[in-house]
Amino acid sequence: MAENEKKQAATETYRVISPSRMVAKRFFRSKLSIVGLCMLLFVFLFSFVGPIIVKYTWGYGQTEVFYIPRVSTMYSVQSFDAPDGNTYEFYDESLSTVNFKAPPSAEHWLGTDTSGMDIFVRLMYGGRISLLLSFLVIVMETLLGVFFGGLAGYFGKWVDQIIMRVVDVFYCLPGLPILLILSATISSIESIPAEHRIYYVMAFLTLIGWAGTARLVRGQILMLREQEYMMAAEATGLPAWRKIFKHLIPNVMPQLIVSMTLGLGGIILYESTLSYLGLGVPFPNAAWGSMIALADPSKGQEILANYPNMWVPAGILIIIAVLGFNFVGDGLRDAFDPKARK
Amino acid sequence: MALFKKKKIQSIGDSQYLTLREERKIAKENAKITKAYEKRKNRTKVPESEYLTEMRDPKNVVEFDNLHTYFYTDVGVSKAVNGVSFDIPEGSIVGVVGESGCGKSVTSLSLMQLVQAPQGQIVEGQIRYKATNGKCYDIAKMPRNEMLHIRGKEISMIFQEPMTSLNPVFTIGAQLDEVVLLHEPGTTKEQAKARSLEMLKLVGIAMCEKVYDSYPHELSGGMRQRVMIAMSLSCNPRLIIADEPTTALDVTIQAQILDLLRDLRHKIQGSIMLITHDLGVIAEMADYVVVMYAGRIVEKGTVREIFHTPKHPYTIGLMKSKPSVNKLVERLYSIPGQVPNPINMPKHCYYKNRCEMCQECCEGDFPELMQFSETHFAACHLYRDNKDLVIYDSLTTGAESEKAEVAHE
Amino acid sequence: MSDENILVVEDLKKYYPINKSLFGKPQSFVKAVDGVSFSIKKGTTMGLVGESGCGKTTVGRTILRLHEVTGGTVLFEGKDLSKISSGKLRKMRPQLQMIFQDPYSSLSPRMPIGEIIGEAVKVHKIVPRSEYREYILQVMQDCGLQPQWYSRYPHEFSGGQRQRICIARSVALKPKLIICDEPVSALDVSIQAQIINLMKDLQTQFGYTYLFISHDLSVVEHISDEVGVMYLGNMVEYGSKTSIFKNPLHPYTKALMSAVPMPDPDYKMNRIILKGDIPSPANPPSGCKFRTRCEHCMEICANKVPEFREIEPGHRVACHLYNDKESTTK
Repeated sequence: MAENEKKQAATETYRVISPSRMVAKRFFRSKLSIVGLCMLLFVFLFSFVGPIIVKYTWGYGQTEVFYIPRVSTMYSVQSFDAPDGNTYEFYDESLSTVNFKAPPSAEHWLGTDTSGMDIFVRLMYGGRISLLLSFLVIVMETLLGVFFGGLAGYFGKWVDQIIMRVVDVFYCLPGLPILLILSATISSIESIPAEHRIYYVMAFLTLIGWAGTARLVRGQILMLREQEYMMAAEATGLPAWRKIFKHLIPNVMPQLIVSMTLGLGGIILYESTLSYLGLGVPFPNAAWGSMIALADPSKGQEILANYPNMWVPAGILIIIAVLGFNFVGDGLRDAFDPKARK
Repeated sequence: MALFKKKKIQSIGDSQYLTLREERKIAKENAKITKAYEKRKNRTKVPESEYLTEMRDPKNVVEFDNLHTYFYTDVGVSKAVNGVSFDIPEGSIVGVVGESGCGKSVTSLSLMQLVQAPQGQIVEGQIRYKATNGKCYDIAKMPRNEMLHIRGKEISMIFQEPMTSLNPVFTIGAQLDEVVLLHEPGTTKEQAKARSLEMLKLVGIAMCEKVYDSYPHELSGGMRQRVMIAMSLSCNPRLIIADEPTTALDVTIQAQILDLLRDLRHKIQGSIMLITHDLGVIAEMADYVVVMYAGRIVEKGTVREIFHTPKHPYTIGLMKSKPSVNKLVERLYSIPGQVPNPINMPKHCYYKNRCEMCQECCEGDFPELMQFSETHFAACHLYRDNKDLVIYDSLTTGAESEKAEVAHE
Repeated sequence: MSDENILVVEDLKKYYPINKSLFGKPQSFVKAVDGVSFSIKKGTTMGLVGESGCGKTTVGRTILRLHEVTGGTVLFEGKDLSKISSGKLRKMRPQLQMIFQDPYSSLSPRMPIGEIIGEAVKVHKIVPRSEYREYILQVMQDCGLQPQWYSRYPHEFSGGQRQRICIARSVALKPKLIICDEPVSALDVSIQAQIINLMKDLQTQFGYTYLFISHDLSVVEHISDEVGVMYLGNMVEYGSKTSIFKNPLHPYTKALMSAVPMPDPDYKMNRIILKGDIPSPANPPSGCKFRTRCEHCMEICANKVPEFREIEPGHRVACHLYNDKESTTK
C-alpha cells in the first residue's frame, strides 16, 4: 500500500484548468469583451441568417423594387369614329408607381429608398458584403504577412533586409488615396465587368495591409528565435521549415489573432468608404457605404435632412461592427497575455 | 490507442482538468471571501487597541503564532502556510530552510504584509512584532496604512534577484536616498546623501561616490546585492529578511556576501531572517534553524541540534541528498516523489507518501510538534514512544526504492 | 576501444565582435572562449566548472556549433565539426545532444510532450515508423515519466519533471555525447539528487559520454571523472577528480573549493576570499587573467601568459607558480 502511495506521489501532476479554458476565462472576465462579442453576434446573425429568413417569410431579395399597386382599373375614356367606319375606344392604363422614399411601416421596417427597395433587407445584404470582404482580405493579408515576415525573421541578414525595405515602401503608401485611384481606374476600364470589381477591391485592400502584419510577425519571430527551445530544436537537428512552422508560428498565433481581429474593423471602414464613393460593389447590389451615399449633400439636402431612416441605420451598423471587433480584439489581447494579473 | 491523440487534449471527462461547474463554484466562493478580507484591510480609521498585543517572551523581535496564509486561486484554495509558529529572538540569525513550494517566502511576505492581494490572505493566527517604540503590534490585524510606517523602516527585505530588484532608470544614489527621505521626514538632501554614502561604505563598496552616481546595469551581480543590503540597512531596521540572497550569485561572490552579512550582524543591533534552500549557507550563518515542508514546520532548533541530531526524516533526507565536496558516495540519496499539491492537502502527515519510516500510525492526524530539548522540536510519529531514537543510518533505502519505482512501470 | 577519445577540442576560440568601425570591421572583441583544449574519453564524464562569465556555457554551445567557431578545432570521433557543411552537420546532430539549464524555457509551450520528445526521432528516422510509439513510451519510462502524460503540455509539470522531459528528448535520439549545461541548477535539492541519479543510471545503461557544465562543485565532484576549471575564457586547471579535489594547484581552484559552504556548523573554514570582481571579458588583464584577484601574484604574471602545462601525470595547470616544477611536458 505504501508502495502504491509512493508511486502516486512520484507521478502526481497538479490539477489545472485546461489552457484554452484559461484563455476563455480571462476573456470573459472583462465586460467589454462580452459586449463586443454580443455586438458581433448580432451583426453576424443579421447579415447571414437574416436574408434566409426574409426569403422564406417575405419572399424577396435586396433588389426587389416595390410598387404602390395600382388601384385604378382600365376604363374607357372616349370613343371616336374613325374614317374607316370602325369605332375605336381609348384606354387609359395606369401603371403602379414606384413606392420610393416610403416612411417606415409595418411592411417595410425601415421604409424604402430612392429606388423603391426595402432598406431593412438591403442592410442585411450589405452586411454580408462587408463582413465577407473583410474576412477574405484579412485571411489573405495574414497569409502574405506570415510568409514574408517569417522568412525575414527567421533567416535574417540580406533576406531580412530586402523584405523589410519592401515592407517599408508599402508602409509609406497612403492607403486611402491609392485605393481611390486604383478603384476609379478599375471602374473606368470597360473591359472589366462591374461584378468583378469587388475582387479587385479585395486585392488592393490586401496589398495595403500585408505590410503591417509582416512587420508584426517578424518582430515576434526575432524575439522567439532566441528562446531556449529554439536552440534545443536546432540541437536536435530539425530542418528549417519544421522549426518555423511547428515551433515559431504557433507561438506567434496569439499576437496574430489579436491583430487580425483589430484589423477587421479597419477593413470594414475602408470598404464602406469605397462604396460611399461608388467604387465598391455596383448598383443594384447593396452595401452599407452606398446606402449612406444616398444622403450625399452635394445631391441636395433633401435626403440628409428629411429621410434619416435611409442612411442612419447603415451608419449605426458600421459602428456596431467596427466597435465589436475592436472590443473583442482588445479582450483577446488581454486574454492571451499570460503575464497579466487578474 | 485512444490515449495517444497527439493534438486534442481530453478536456471533458479527463480528471486532469476541472469542469466548468467546479470552476464557477470556486470562483464565486473566492470572490466572496477575498472581498470580505480586503474590505477589512482597507479601513483607514482603526483604533490602535485592535492590533496591540503582548509578546510572549520580551526578548523576541517577532513571534509567529499559528500563522495560516491561504491563496484563493482559480483551481482552489492553496494553503501556502498552514500553521507555522516560531520566534525570532533579538540579535540572532534565524534560518528558514525548505524547498520551493514549502511556504518560506510566503511566511516572510506575510510578515511584511506583501502577499499578493486579493488572492493571498492571512486567514488565521498572529504575527506579533515588537516595534522600536516599545509597543507590540499584531501584523495580521494591522490595516494597510499603518503598515507603511513599519515596512522598510523597521523591517526591511533583501530579495533574491539582484538583477531585477533595482529600478533601471534611476541611479543607485537616487534609490538609496529615497528610502531615507521617505521614512525619516525632515532630512535634507545632503543628509540623505551622506547617509547613503555611509551605508555604501558599510557594505564594503570601495568607490562609493562612483557607485552612487552609476546606474544598476553598470554594476555586477555581487555589487547590486551589496547595494540592496545597503538599502535595507539605511533606516536601522530591527529585522532584515533575506530571501535567498545568494542563490543567484556565484560561489565566490556568495562567500563575500555571507562574510558581509556576518560582519554586519555585529555592527547593527538587529536580527536577520535568512531564507534559503542551501543547507551549507544555513550551517555557516544561522543560530536557529526552522525546517519547513508543504506549509508546516517539521523541525526547529539550534543549528547544532539540527545538524548533529536531526530528528525528522525530511531533514535527514535533505542533508543526505546534497553532495558535499570531499565526501564521496556511490549514489546520492534521493527523496522519491515530489512536494504535494498545495490544494486539497490531506489530513495525515504531509510527508507520508515519501517517507521511508512510515508506519501505520502515520495514517492518523498530523503529528504534533514534540519537544526534545528547550529549543529543539520536531513533528513526527516515530518519536511518540521513544524520544532518543536515532534513524540517521537507517535511511539508506531511498536510492533502491526509487530505482525499483522507475523500472516498475 | 573504450579508451579512445570521443571528443578532442583543441585551442577553441569564440570571439564576439564589438565596436564595429564604419566599414563593418570589428575593432575589439569579447573573448568569451580564448583557447581551450581538452579531450573526453568514451563513456566517461568530464566536468567543467567555473563561475558565470567564464565561458563554460559558450564552450558547450560552440562544440555543438550552435554558435559559429572563431578558431580552433572540434574533433568528434575524428571528424572536425567546425568545418563540415551544415547539411552534414544536421545529419550528425542526433549523436551530439544537449540538455539545457532552464527547464521552463527549453520546452516549446504549445506542443504536447510526446511530440516534443518524438519530433526529432521522426525527422531523423531513428526507428522505423511502426515501432515509433512504443519507442517513445519506452524512452519516457526510462526517464521516469508516465505513459499517459504523452499528450499533456509542459506547463502542467513541475521543474524536475520538465527536466526529465528534456533528458528524454535527448536520449530518444540515441546519442553518443551529451553536453549538460547546468541541468540541475534550477531545481531543488531533492529533485537534483533524483535527476543526477537518473543521469548516472542512463550512463551505465546506455554508455553515454557526458560533458557536465556546472558552477556547483559538489555536484561536479559527484558525477565526473575528469574536471576542468575555467576562468574568463581560459582553462586554468585540468585533471582527474581526485587530483583536483584533493590537491588543487591553481589559486583560483583553491579559492573556489574554500568558498563552498559546508553543511556542518562546526567546520573550521579557511576561506580564501578573492578580492574584487570578475574583470570584464572585453578588457581582460594582460598576462595571466587571474592576476588582479590572486594572492600570490608575482611580477611575471603581468607580462607573460602562463602556459597550460602538465605538472603531475594527468594534471595540468596554467600558473607561473609552477614554472620550475615540470614532470612531463604536454
